[in-house]
Amino acid sequence: MVVDLREPERADRLFHALADATRRDIVVRTLEGTHSVSALARRYPMSFAAVQKHVAVLEDAGLVTKHRRGREQLVRGEVDTVRRASQLLDGLEAVWRGRIDRMDEILTDPEGDTP
Amino acid sequence: MTVTDVHKDPDALTMAIVVELDATVERAWQLWSDPRQLERWWGPPGYPATFGEHDLTVGSRVGYFMTSPEGERHHGWWEVLAVDPPRRLELADGFADDEGRPDDDLPVGRMVVTLEERGGRTEMVITSHFPTLEAMEQLMAMGQEEGMVQAIGQIEGILAEAGSAS
Repeated sequence: MVVDLREPERADRLFHALADATRRDIVVRTLEGTHSVSALARRYPMSFAAVQKHVAVLEDAGLVTKHRRGREQLVRGEVDTVRRASQLLDGLEAVWRGRIDRMDEILTDPEGDTP
Repeated sequence: MTVTDVHKDPDALTMAIVVELDATVERAWQLWSDPRQLERWWGPPGYPATFGEHDLTVGSRVGYFMTSPEGERHHGWWEVLAVDPPRRLELADGFADDEGRPDDDLPVGRMVVTLEERGGRTEMVITSHFPTLEAMEQLMAMGQEEGMVQAIGQIEGILAEAGSAS
């Protein structure tokens, strides 16, 4: 897994989310296939609410997404999606940093203020 | 560097970049409203942009192309979704074919620019939204990829040079 350490907040959330064995297990299971929260809850010796909380932490870290199907909440692992999106956003940031450098040049250039 | 904050949300596919510019709001607005100034910063290094029609009123299309070092043209367009000069601009941002006609099969991004006065300087926030991950991949790949890689290389070069900020 790629963690962008230039984004400490994001890395913190990610590592925190993955620091728990149940949560790691949920990520592995939901990456293999979609599971409902109730199906997941049956697998662990804890309450439905506790499993739901674990899923929420994973969701917050972007490791899974929840989708509603009828009355069920389906959980899907998203590590790769998050990584792809994160890399694209890094590229976009680089594009904008370049543009902003050039804006700066125009603003400081006395000739830049075209009539 | 005048970038004061970058907020990336990979789940929501949005990025907000906060910039402090040493200029008044009116002056900063010209970076967007004057096509001759826009041309100097929009395209990545080596890919100068040329803006033809450029009218920042709601509903109008702004057409441009970027010229590659080999002379190839990459066309794009904006559509003005909302405008409140000199403080707010909301644009749809898409690609066009070789004739400059908007390609409706390609996804469209959305960009919101706000300018606010902060003690004689201007805080500019640019927020980019993409409808889906696939759309974002496509938009980033289209006509920008080669230029982007170069741009990134050049930015790193600029940053490596101490005191390069004129």
